[in-house]
Amino acid sequence: MAIKDITLGQYFPGNTAIHRLDPRTKLLFTVLYMIALFLANGVVSYAVLVAVLALCVAISKISPSVLLRSMRAVLIIILITGILNLFYTPAGPGETPLVAFWIFRIYPAGVRAAAFMILRIALLISCTFLLTYTTSPILITDALESLLGPLKKIKVPVHELAMMMSIALRFIPTLVEETDKIMSAQKARGANFDTGNLLQRAKALVPLLVPLFISAFRRADELAVAMECRCYHGGEGRTKLRQLRFARSDYLVLLLGLVLCVGIFLLGRMGV
Amino acid sequence: METPIIKTEELRFSYTGAEGGTPLVLDGVDLEIAPGSFVAVLGHNGSGKSTLAKHLNAILLPAGGKVYVAGMDTAEEEKLLDIRRTVGMVFQNPDNQIVANVVEEDVAFAPENLGVPSEGIRKRVDEALKAVGMSEYATHAPHLLSGGQKQRVAIAGVIAMRPKCIVMDEPTAMLDPVGRQEVMETVKSLNRWYGMTVVLITHHMDEAAQAGRVVVMSQGKIILDGPPKAVFSRVDELEAVGLAAPDTVELCRQLNREGGLSLPLDCLDVETCAQALYSLLAQRQRA
Repeated sequence: MAIKDITLGQYFPGNTAIHRLDPRTKLLFTVLYMIALFLANGVVSYAVLVAVLALCVAISKISPSVLLRSMRAVLIIILITGILNLFYTPAGPGETPLVAFWIFRIYPAGVRAAAFMILRIALLISCTFLLTYTTSPILITDALESLLGPLKKIKVPVHELAMMMSIALRFIPTLVEETDKIMSAQKARGANFDTGNLLQRAKALVPLLVPLFISAFRRADELAVAMECRCYHGGEGRTKLRQLRFARSDYLVLLLGLVLCVGIFLLGRMGV
Repeated sequence: METPIIKTEELRFSYTGAEGGTPLVLDGVDLEIAPGSFVAVLGHNGSGKSTLAKHLNAILLPAGGKVYVAGMDTAEEEKLLDIRRTVGMVFQNPDNQIVANVVEEDVAFAPENLGVPSEGIRKRVDEALKAVGMSEYATHAPHLLSGGQKQRVAIAGVIAMRPKCIVMDEPTAMLDPVGRQEVMETVKSLNRWYGMTVVLITHHMDEAAQAGRVVVMSQGKIILDGPPKAVFSRVDELEAVGLAAPDTVELCRQLNREGGLSLPLDCLDVETCAQALYSLLAQRQRA
């Protein structure tokens, strides 16, 4: 079982203009792009959005096939949404069904809605993947902590959440390695993980999960002591080795994001 | 004598809580550690040596008696951060001490907690990585390093706090021989070139033999304390508490017993042992 193949927002290191942007800029731009996606409702608006994404992909030097492959995981969701839209969209004014059999009717409006919905989800997923492909997880965590900073005033534990996230990221490889070890150890004792029906397989996971959990708790305990030994006392008065700084290009990108949002909104009002 | 960096007085502790609790893990430990010294604390499993270590930077507080770090009583809560930045601690498993997923980020963790400004952190990180010889791995991911390298990163993470003293609780126990060697070299160089006080908790004789002073613990008490040569020549007492003397000492002792020789019992490494044997043979030849 290739447990090492698990990827969670895989990062492709690089040194392109997109890689170099402040992670907060990328995060905010992604959010603006998503808003624009939900405002779009015409061929022109979608064309603009596709062009913007294509441009970003081109600049980031991420190969488009990688992006398409990442789409596979959500293919089913995309298809189901598309099909539902196809059949359930009511007729536009004065439209006759393109196809009619039994209780199903497909109208031109349905085809349009389905195509847009599929495109919308595909773009939504591509833009988030592009964010994680070009930004290291630590930087995303830093950006979140910085952007959510104002929420501290209403007692949201922003620092703690960011710390939890970065520790989780840090321990993924360690725990994956450990899972592999425990699996081998249990296989050596005759455990069988690969055959049987679903229930049997689920049961087979118990001897894997119990030691894994026990060891994770022990690790957590030791880590907490080690962190205390290094004077960890929460986020108060904490400084950072790496400071996030907005450059001129960051302001430019954010401005472009806003323009995109407003532009798509206006296009949407015109219905194109 | 200078004021000791660490001083314990009548230290007693039991994991069950209150002072008369049973069993006592530490039973009246009096220990003074001079600044700049390299002290090894040796003991069998369950001798209380790790528990002692955890008292030295206020992870555990004494049930009875006192612990002073650079004159500060560890029981005083408001001094906690000062105590912890004076005495750093390195543990057995490097994996469970590394917080970040980039080496330099991890080394920066302690100075970040102390509120050091950014440029200051950069400087400390670079110095600390240089001191443990890991500068070239600054931007690597820790999980891809070897055990010895990870443990050196953990040590760097502690010395980035610029502590006066570093306590290591069996730092080599989970490492292969190469990793052990790396870590021991790092520890010795910290003590020799950076003047850092080192307290090394171990059950390896050969590691303890490299220290300037060896403290042997058994059942929560200090039973032997002195320079390595003096401690390791008391083979019978060591054996009584389940510790074997270094092989070279053991060889000399066996030869003395079986062959009626009078070899010295303070040969801690192969070289001095060979020398002792050689001079004995030379003496015989002359006679």
